[in-house]
Amino acid sequence: MTAPAASAAPATPAPRRGTALALDRVSLGYGRDPVLRDVALEVAPGEVLVVVGSSGSGKSTLLRALAGLLAPSAGRVLADGAEVRGPSAERAMVFQDDALLPWRTVRGNVELALAVRGTRRRERAAAAAGWIERVGLAGSERRLPRELSGGMRQRVQLARALVGAPRAVLMDEPFGSLDAQTRAEMQRLLVRVLADTPATVVFVTHDVDEALLLGDRVTVLGGGGVRAVHDVPRPHEGSDDARALRARILEEL
Amino acid sequence: MTGATGTPAIAIPQEAPQASAPDAAVPAGPVVGHVRTGRRGRRGDPASWAIRAASLLAAAGLWQLLTAADARIGLRFDRLPSPAEVVTELARQLGTGLYWLDLAQSVIRILTGFALAAVLGVGTGVLVARSRRAGDVLLPPLEVVRPIPAIAMVPIAILLFPADEQGIVFITFAAAFFPIMVSTRHAVRALPTLWEDAVRTLGGGRRRVLWNVVLPGALPGVLGGLSVGMGVAWICVISAEMISGELGVGYRTWRAYTVVDYPGVIVGMATIGVLGWVTSGAVELVGRRLTRWLPRAEGSGS
Repeated sequence: MTAPAASAAPATPAPRRGTALALDRVSLGYGRDPVLRDVALEVAPGEVLVVVGSSGSGKSTLLRALAGLLAPSAGRVLADGAEVRGPSAERAMVFQDDALLPWRTVRGNVELALAVRGTRRRERAAAAAGWIERVGLAGSERRLPRELSGGMRQRVQLARALVGAPRAVLMDEPFGSLDAQTRAEMQRLLVRVLADTPATVVFVTHDVDEALLLGDRVTVLGGGGVRAVHDVPRPHEGSDDARALRARILEEL
Repeated sequence: MTGATGTPAIAIPQEAPQASAPDAAVPAGPVVGHVRTGRRGRRGDPASWAIRAASLLAAAGLWQLLTAADARIGLRFDRLPSPAEVVTELARQLGTGLYWLDLAQSVIRILTGFALAAVLGVGTGVLVARSRRAGDVLLPPLEVVRPIPAIAMVPIAILLFPADEQGIVFITFAAAFFPIMVSTRHAVRALPTLWEDAVRTLGGGRRRVLWNVVLPGALPGVLGGLSVGMGVAWICVISAEMISGELGVGYRTWRAYTVVDYPGVIVGMATIGVLGWVTSGAVELVGRRLTRWLPRAEGSGS
């Protein structure tokens, strides 16, 4: 229950950097068909790693293991070299949908991230207001989740995940249930927002284009293991390398 | 003889909360009418209000007619007091201190028993739903006691508690506890795990999850249990008062019967009905206030 002490907490408030995340030969699930089998993965501090895979490839499970919500049946999950034994505010998570508390307003949901760690009310309000504005929800602070569109709800989730300045953000198909146009908008917002944070990002999706747009690297997951890892060439739009990579990933899926 | 006449008397409080349920929902009527466009507000329609009032008056008129004529048509209306006699008796009683003393005594009993049941019922429900070990320890004895109607525990209550008063409150508590506990347990178990995951990945521990997810999330289900609990609490407090006690609406009603004061019996019955209606209305109202976040159709339909 207690958050694992962030590895060697610095005495001076050094500029925060992203967490280095790793899966060390992780298996998850039992029997002859585990969801993940012997998966090794490394995510560098501050990088955006996108995990693509078809449904059932174990990509959500992988993300939950990184979050500390699921304990691996074998192997270790590491954050900055220390074994992860449970969830922590250092690794915030954005879920696909319906993860907002329906009885809390937009502001209440964003403040929740700070309330659970005992931040003072005034600081909470100021930080929440700032993030609500950054995700474009100024004016909707007092609305309830059910009064928001799917895209707006995901904006709230994004603000809630980032308001606590986590060192890693784990995103589980956050735009998976949005229509194409809203999804494109949200992707642009995410790129903008992530540029300002030092956090390491692991982003799970089944959409190859989304993966290439957002990722510094793309990991292809399938059959319970990592099939391939690719660096994404920048700028990726329109380049022949990127087109070739896209075709290759689609084949690997 | 006692049993035969006792049965309808005891059945009255049972009917009261049930009959009050549609009435209690009335305040939500106009709201529902506005939200569901396309369907004319059934409840706000003046014509249907007039019909309802007429129906009520007709029933009272029929009662007056049957009693005034001393009708004996299978049922014996010759001994039943007429509405006029009841109203006279009610007006007389409203002016006496005793009526209000009885009323206050019953209200204190039910509120004490119900409050205890609410706190312990919700607490136990959450505990057994969240902790397997607590469930192993607590559920077997509770499941053994649960099927016993609280009113059947009256002899035990008399044996256990030195004062009648405590026994009556205990019976009321026992009646309300189980519906509250059971509905809390189910509501907690049915919570989406995603909410808990969300709070945990924000750094929340067990206590944060309890306060921020479990209790508010289970609230709609808990309110259902509180509503049912309030209904059965009334049945039991009245019945217990009829068996023992020296004050209270139930005691007064039964006493009126034993001294052949039939208008007094009906005044007692009506009082019990009104009290039941007011208390379950209060539970409903508080519940609606606390669960504004629910989608409207569900929120107003509970």
